Amino acid sequence: MTFETRTLSVRYRAGGPRALDGVSMSVPRGCLYAVLGPNGSGKSTLMKALLGTVKPESGEALVEGRPVEDWPRRELARRVGAVSQSESTAFPLTVRQLVEMGRYPHLGPLRPMKAEDRSAVEGAMERCDVTEFRDRLVETLSGGEFQRVRIARALAQEPSALVLDEPTASLDIRHEMGILQLLRDSARRGVTVLLVTHHLNLAARFADRVLLLNAGEVAAEGGVSQVFQPRILEAVYGWPLSVTPDPVTGAPSVTPLPLE
Amino acid sequence: MRGLVAGITLLLVVILSVLLSARFGAVSLSTGQVVGALLGGGSATERFIVLELRLPRAILGVLVGGGLALAGAVFQALLRNPLAEPYILGISGGAAAGAVLTLALGLTTAASWFLPGAAFGGALLAIALVFGVAMSADRRLDVRVLLLSGVVVGAFFSACIALILALSESDVVRSAVLWMMGSLAGATWKGVGIVAAYTLPACFLLMGLARALNVMSIGEETASYLGTEVEGVKRLAYGVASLVAAAGVAFAGVIGFVGLVVPHGVRLVLGSDHRILLPLSFLCGAAFLTLADLLARVLLAPTEIPIGVITAFVGVPFFLLLLRRSLRA
Repeated sequence: MTFETRTLSVRYRAGGPRALDGVSMSVPRGCLYAVLGPNGSGKSTLMKALLGTVKPESGEALVEGRPVEDWPRRELARRVGAVSQSESTAFPLTVRQLVEMGRYPHLGPLRPMKAEDRSAVEGAMERCDVTEFRDRLVETLSGGEFQRVRIARALAQEPSALVLDEPTASLDIRHEMGILQLLRDSARRGVTVLLVTHHLNLAARFADRVLLLNAGEVAAEGGVSQVFQPRILEAVYGWPLSVTPDPVTGAPSVTPLPLE
Repeated sequence: MRGLVAGITLLLVVILSVLLSARFGAVSLSTGQVVGALLGGGSATERFIVLELRLPRAILGVLVGGGLALAGAVFQALLRNPLAEPYILGISGGAAAGAVLTLALGLTTAASWFLPGAAFGGALLAIALVFGVAMSADRRLDVRVLLLSGVVVGAFFSACIALILALSESDVVRSAVLWMMGSLAGATWKGVGIVAAYTLPACFLLMGLARALNVMSIGEETASYLGTEVEGVKRLAYGVASLVAAAGVAFAGVIGFVGLVVPHGVRLVLGSDHRILLPLSFLCGAAFLTLADLLARVLLAPTEIPIGVITAFVGVPFFLLLLRRSLRA
């Protein structure tokens, strides 16, 4: 799967400020693509516009070369798994029931679960390390556990692309690394991964390409070493930074400096 | 599996409650006389009581009780709000305004379909108003606005009713109040046929939406990402469930409580999967209202207790018990 935007602009309110302003970007197949930027820079809006839940004011959002609004939702959901920033369940559900919802695009309204559906659900729960609490109610989970369950649900869709909005925001180190390794492996097997994140250093370490947004506009786009320049990052984040190669991984590592 | 067992059990309870409703009533008939009448024998009076009074009334109870409970379960999922019930969207207010206006103008004697017709028309007006307000500028149905505008439209119709009643004679006020408390007393086979024509197809349609409602109950954005045509599901579920509630309220008046409590009771016992919740809510609501009507008729016979009193007196303690049990578990 590929994602592309062409001079995409989004306004939430007529006459209000632009949440996205002429953003053009493209994500090739099998790429782990990180979207970075300060709070309110338009990262989540870009994700929603690419997934068709926010309508553009002008410009285009294309999935596999086809405008996202032309995709029937069910067909899109068989190909693209998405994890939004947050969600809440209105009624009590078990972990397994929530992950099984990932099979909805394959099952439709009536078809019962078959062996292949069950194995997709089991496999997804295994990979996100949630199998041991599969019978617990979702409302009893910690923030990090719930997040892993939601990622498991996206994997149960067996998609050829994953779009995730800050998936590791509330995870401990072990599970954060587990999920990023999982995304890295998925990309290696040809799954396109679009990752919205605040973690500059993790993006630098795991991403193939990086998009840096600032106030709804593209501040920089390209390979990690092109974007991770102190000059570029300082201008966007408004804080002095140093960028040095990490002694262990060799990836650029960003350290915020004390002001003054 | 538990759902299937519960479903078959409840189906038997529904059939039993219909038979009990045919058996007992203000006029005491023996079991032999009732069975005779059901099989087409017995005297003309017996046949009339069983076949033209008790049976249509019991079947109307099944349809209205089941329909209200089903609509309640759908609204709770759609609005993601446990307090949602079939009347929250102004439906009962609109229906009551139509019915009260007909009573005040003395039009009920003109034709038997006038009162339910006006109530149904009022309900449709309320549904259309609420829907129109909740359609936002970008052609999306906003369920939060749906809830709010429903409450506000309902309040407007209540004011209309208060005005009409203030200007009416006392016997009109009495029949209006009785209508608003709900009753299955006016049941006819014709009315049963009309309610069935709305309720039964709606059941199949809404049950086809069960899996989509499961996904919708975790939020609209995520539901889209899981392949739901969210706008279509919302409009269809809102429209169909509203029509079921409107048909019920037109022929049975405002019967509170069934649509709120029955889905919760089923959910507490059997969980939130709408594929189980929707059919079982229907069966449970059907049995509940039919039995409540039976009690309303026989407890103080020949005086009839308003059916809403029974549904609340029986339903409230039962529901509180269930709630406590589930909180302890």
